[in-house]
Amino acid sequence: MRQLRMARNIALGIKNLLLHKLRSVLTMLGVVFGVGSVVAMLSVGEGASKEALERIRLLGSNNIIISSMKPVEEETGSGGRMLRMSVYGLLYEDETRIRETFPAVSSTVPVKLLRKEGRLYDQTMELRMVATTADWFDLVQRPLIAGRKLTARDVKDRANVVVLTEHGARRLLATQSSIGQVFKLGPDYFEVVGIVKNESGPAGGVQTPDQEVDAYVPLTLARERFGDISIRRTTGSQESERVELHQMIVQLKSTDDVERVASGIEAMLKRFHKKVDYKMSIPLALLREAEATKRRFNIVLGSIAGISLLVGGIGIMNIMLASVTERTREIGIRRAIGAKRRQIVGQFLIETVVLSTVGGLIGVCIGVSIPWLITYFAKMPTVVRLYSLVLSVGISMGVGIVFGLYPAIRAANLDPIVALRHE
Amino acid sequence: MTLQTVSSLNSSVHDARQDVVRFVNVRKTYLMGSEEVHALAGVSLSFRRGSFWALMGPSGSGKSTMLNILGCLDRPTSGQYFLESRDVSSLSDDALSDFRLRHFGFIFQSFNLIPQLTVRENIELPLYYLGWEAARSAARAEELAERVGLTGRLHHRPNQLSGGQQQRVAVARALANDPVMLLADEPTGNLDSVTGEQIMQLLSELNRQGKIILMVTHEPDIAAHARQRLYLRDGLVDRMEGEH
Repeated sequence: MRQLRMARNIALGIKNLLLHKLRSVLTMLGVVFGVGSVVAMLSVGEGASKEALERIRLLGSNNIIISSMKPVEEETGSGGRMLRMSVYGLLYEDETRIRETFPAVSSTVPVKLLRKEGRLYDQTMELRMVATTADWFDLVQRPLIAGRKLTARDVKDRANVVVLTEHGARRLLATQSSIGQVFKLGPDYFEVVGIVKNESGPAGGVQTPDQEVDAYVPLTLARERFGDISIRRTTGSQESERVELHQMIVQLKSTDDVERVASGIEAMLKRFHKKVDYKMSIPLALLREAEATKRRFNIVLGSIAGISLLVGGIGIMNIMLASVTERTREIGIRRAIGAKRRQIVGQFLIETVVLSTVGGLIGVCIGVSIPWLITYFAKMPTVVRLYSLVLSVGISMGVGIVFGLYPAIRAANLDPIVALRHE
Repeated sequence: MTLQTVSSLNSSVHDARQDVVRFVNVRKTYLMGSEEVHALAGVSLSFRRGSFWALMGPSGSGKSTMLNILGCLDRPTSGQYFLESRDVSSLSDDALSDFRLRHFGFIFQSFNLIPQLTVRENIELPLYYLGWEAARSAARAEELAERVGLTGRLHHRPNQLSGGQQQRVAVARALANDPVMLLADEPTGNLDSVTGEQIMQLLSELNRQGKIILMVTHEPDIAAHARQRLYLRDGLVDRMEGEH
């Protein structure tokens, strides 16, 4: 019964709004664009931060990543044919030391990066050799396409096996049967035992060592065959480096230990390294930072969109005040017949809420299609989240109530005698 | 003291149970700037069941004020107003609205129909606030339309009707809640004499069926349709005519 009455009241409100179609539509526009911009802005913001967050999450929130970094050198190579060798970076013993010092560490994965040429018959291509242990594949999730991943046994046996990423496999092995194929990598022959997927998405802020065509080989083998010295020839000079490990991923048992262990490792490295030839990155910290940035971003966008909703609400209030003046006589008639004040308030409030809710729903449609267009034309990632839709429709209903209340109360407080005399 | 005033105004064979409306020394004072204006300066009277009053008097004599107070649209500054032996002179706004809804029907000079509603919806308006179901109030509206001679016009809008027809809609609307009393403010003021006459016939018939009618008018011809006439002057009852 009460629901039926409400339905009748809403129907009456809609009828009154339809009486002035153009006016109602124009009144609604403020809310339409307000809600549209809330939804669109939030989805662009979500999209931008989602990518960064996912990339960081991929690194693992309970990991610490230590990379070797060439320290700033005091003397620069002053012309001529200089033969220099720079020695820096993480050491094999750093890994052992970290693993043995901190009980919170569950595993450490050393990574050595080398550039080698891969050759199969007359096909050649530059590969990045990632020399690591079997644990690598546990830390960095890479779906296996064919074959198998590196195993602890490969590492122990120093086996001449390689796991290739999809791209490399396709380009180098194209017509050959992939698994079991032997090809030349640097000076040696390796058997392809597995193929894994490339990391998805474009290159982002944090570097992971497999964005290019990677060949994963056992670290033990690489260390034995290729040593730690790499030589790079540039025009006129030859640079050689001695780096034991290029990267080390330290996995902890729980996220809670990350900060404590990170500062412990830092202190330890500082003691054993004369120069700062390493860089630590903590995905958890990055994650938190990115989340804080996202929050700030959302607040800024939300405020801008909120202001447009406010403007929309003021528009509604303005029109409703005009409508109350215009319908003074009607209000007087209804009051004379016996309508109570709150029934008049209800009547006008329903109209504003209907206006703002319909506006909000149209706004959601616009707000959902704009990100779609942005993604389609600008190739920018956008994410429309349900909460932003619910939030903005809710807010627009709230706008209807807040900005409709004053005109409605004004209507209800009209003296029926005066209102009846109104021309 | 006040009761004596009341009885002195009525005939000697006064039966208090017949009084539907009773004013006891009702005053209404407005402030015009710093000056007090007495729209009603102490009126005591009573209306019996079945009476048909024409309220007359020059402008400014307090006719409208009296109509408003009678119709519970306004409250007296002092004095008491008994409606079916209930004192309504100091009720809250909500309670007064409820009294209007249940006891009165208003008929205005300018019809005062809601233009965006159809004839049927206009007639149904009091029933809507009374909370009647749609089917029941639709049936009631049809019945009323027939009674005032508007069969077949239920789906028209007020602006598609003549003045006389509009006033009939207003009468039907005023009757919807089956009121005790009809309050008519110059009901024929905007009508030509023939249509005005028809509306007066309708009101007289309603009076014969038992409704108390109070009608404000200037025109003696129209006032002649009433059974009683009440003349106001300067906020006081000047004289009364007819059997009361």
